[in-house]
Amino acid sequence: MTADIEIRNVSKQFGAMTVLDHLSLSIRAREFIVFLGPSGCGKSTLLRMIAGLEAVDSGEIAINNERIDHLPPGKRGIAMVFQSYALYPHMTVRDNMAFGLANIGVPGKVIEARINEAARMLEMPHLLDRKPGQLSGGQRQRVAIGRAIVKEPKAFLFDEPLSNLDAALRTRTRIELAQLHQRLQSTMIFVTHDQVEAMTLADRIVVMNNRKIDQIGTPMEIYERPATKFVAGFVGAPAMNFVDATLDRYGKNATARFADGVSVQTEIASSQLTDGKYTFGIRSEDVRIVAAGQGNAGGVVDVLERLGERTLIYARLGDGQQIVGSDAGNSRVAVGDRIGLAFDGQKSHLFNETGRAWHAREA
Amino acid sequence: MADRLAMSPTATLAVGVRAPTADIYAPQWRNVIFVAPFLFFFTTLLLFPLLWGMWLSFHKADTFSSGNFVGLGNYARLYHDKVFLQSIWNTFYFVLLTVPTLALIGLFLALCLNRRTRTAAVLRTLFFSSSVLSVTIVTLIWRIVFIPNVGLLSTIYGWFGATAPAFISDPSLAMVGIAIATIWWCIGLPMMLFLSALQQIPQDIYEAAALDNANRWQTLRSITLPSIKRTFILVIIIQIVLQFQLFGQAWLMTRGGPNNLTKPIVLYIYDTAFRRWDLGLGAAASEILFILILVAAMAQYLVTRSRGDQA
Ligand SMILES: Nc1ncnc2c1ncn2[C@@H]1O[C@H](COP(=O)(O)OP(=O)(O)OP(=O)(O)O)[C@@H](O)[C@H]1O
Ligand SMILES: [Mg+2]
Repeated sequence: MTADIEIRNVSKQFGAMTVLDHLSLSIRAREFIVFLGPSGCGKSTLLRMIAGLEAVDSGEIAINNERIDHLPPGKRGIAMVFQSYALYPHMTVRDNMAFGLANIGVPGKVIEARINEAARMLEMPHLLDRKPGQLSGGQRQRVAIGRAIVKEPKAFLFDEPLSNLDAALRTRTRIELAQLHQRLQSTMIFVTHDQVEAMTLADRIVVMNNRKIDQIGTPMEIYERPATKFVAGFVGAPAMNFVDATLDRYGKNATARFADGVSVQTEIASSQLTDGKYTFGIRSEDVRIVAAGQGNAGGVVDVLERLGERTLIYARLGDGQQIVGSDAGNSRVAVGDRIGLAFDGQKSHLFNETGRAWHAREA
Repeated sequence: MADRLAMSPTATLAVGVRAPTADIYAPQWRNVIFVAPFLFFFTTLLLFPLLWGMWLSFHKADTFSSGNFVGLGNYARLYHDKVFLQSIWNTFYFVLLTVPTLALIGLFLALCLNRRTRTAAVLRTLFFSSSVLSVTIVTLIWRIVFIPNVGLLSTIYGWFGATAPAFISDPSLAMVGIAIATIWWCIGLPMMLFLSALQQIPQDIYEAAALDNANRWQTLRSITLPSIKRTFILVIIIQIVLQFQLFGQAWLMTRGGPNNLTKPIVLYIYDTAFRRWDLGLGAAASEILFILILVAAMAQYLVTRSRGDQA
């Protein structure tokens, strides 16, 4: 079972505060969608509105072309996994999973079969007769997922389900979730503020910020062609370098000039751009370290971060701005060295004052 | 490699400080100072009277002499005293009337008033307010309600041309009348205990239940009630202990009558020890009451525990 989900012009207020402002989004059947955004931007609220736990102030939500925003949560054909797992503490794992099915009168035999199937899939048959209090955090998480699976919902909703797990378990569960999606072929919506989870799991990422959706796109679109300065800064670690720049738009492509005279030849068409203040943006992996005197700009090394496969180099330009570049893992550069920085024009971005982004022509 | 480097400084540190902080939970005699005030009052006000009462119950004592040792004599006299046996039965009957009713009505009120509206807040205060009244006021109010011919109840029955039941003078209803007044008086505490238990239940399991298609009844039975089971036991135990000690209401409403049918154990003790000055016999009756309360409370506790699930 699977479903496409259509969100049209949805708004939400809590008292005088607007949390979501006329959002629209269509989710295709079998898609794995991730809502990504900073804390408090309304990801959970949107998810809970789809689930029916939060009323929709205006707008519509439809599943398979049927409006569901007036239906009670149980009648929407969706299952949700909570961040806190929300298992029923006094019921065994088996009863936790059976509860939702028994309530709608699914025959005992079928319930039994579905529970066993889910337990096998999640490798937890030995846990079925325990109570949540007797399980570890990771095991509880499995039960919460199992409770969703047995319902055979049209769509799964996850609200930061991995955030209570330790780093290793988180990575493992992430991979298992991806496999689960492969196997079940259901629509899944996953809320997180962890960009690694978003990048690895999503078919498409919905980046939310400040009551609105900033961008919807595949992980690589989001990473390589961020729609706004917020998206560019929020996705990717270390964050994208931003430098104030003025534009030289005489050629076919714009040239960005920094305050201290550095200039970078971008591959962004001049014809798209207008006058005004711009910010130049480039990711650290698109800034190569070269010998002093070469490249677009020169700087002094402030800090080195050795990550193993590459080295991040924090360099200070002549006018005091810091730029992060990247070099080989075994880089010879040392703190205090004078180096040159070479910017990749093809990977440069420009943002105007409202935050709108321009990128190089697509190849 | 990196691990070992990181470990070594802490390891040396740990060795350095191990001796003085070997076990922070080890008993230290200094700590007695902190419980001493409590121990003092516990001994003088509780333990000593308890033991003295036991001692008294084995003696023939009045106010002038705490006289001869009579062994189980006082207990034997109680065993043959029809009024005492009646008072035990009366007390049990009263507990049976009040405790389950208090628990159930308290739970019902708590379920109804566990919301964030202003009306609910006002009603909570209203239902709790009777608890702050003294027993004299409570009995006064209910005597006015129950007075034949002119009381509130009679008036209301009168509108429909009926005669009100005689809650104070009818032998089969007198205890029910006292129970009604008591329930009205004591309902605040169970309600508050249930309310605080209800508010401890995490909201998200209700949301999970809503997604699991549970209707109101299923939610109540499968989520709410199991979550407040411990509080239910607590309320029952507290109320058993309280209601076994019925005294004021019975004394002020019926004086134990008609025909000793509403005379509870405490009233019997009061009569024997402080009106007939038979302290030994009164002490023996007190010991029996003490044991009854202990057994009733423990039985409740054990029964619910042996069913064996920790929530
Ligand atoms: N019941 C509520 N009443 C009032 N305000 C609320 C309520 N629930 C959420 N909010 C507010 O709505 C905004 C969005 O909350 P939401 O929980 O959707 O954020 P989020 O994106 O999920 O954040 P996080 O990543 O921290 O979980 C927040 O500013 C929050 O304070
Ligand atoms: Mg959230």
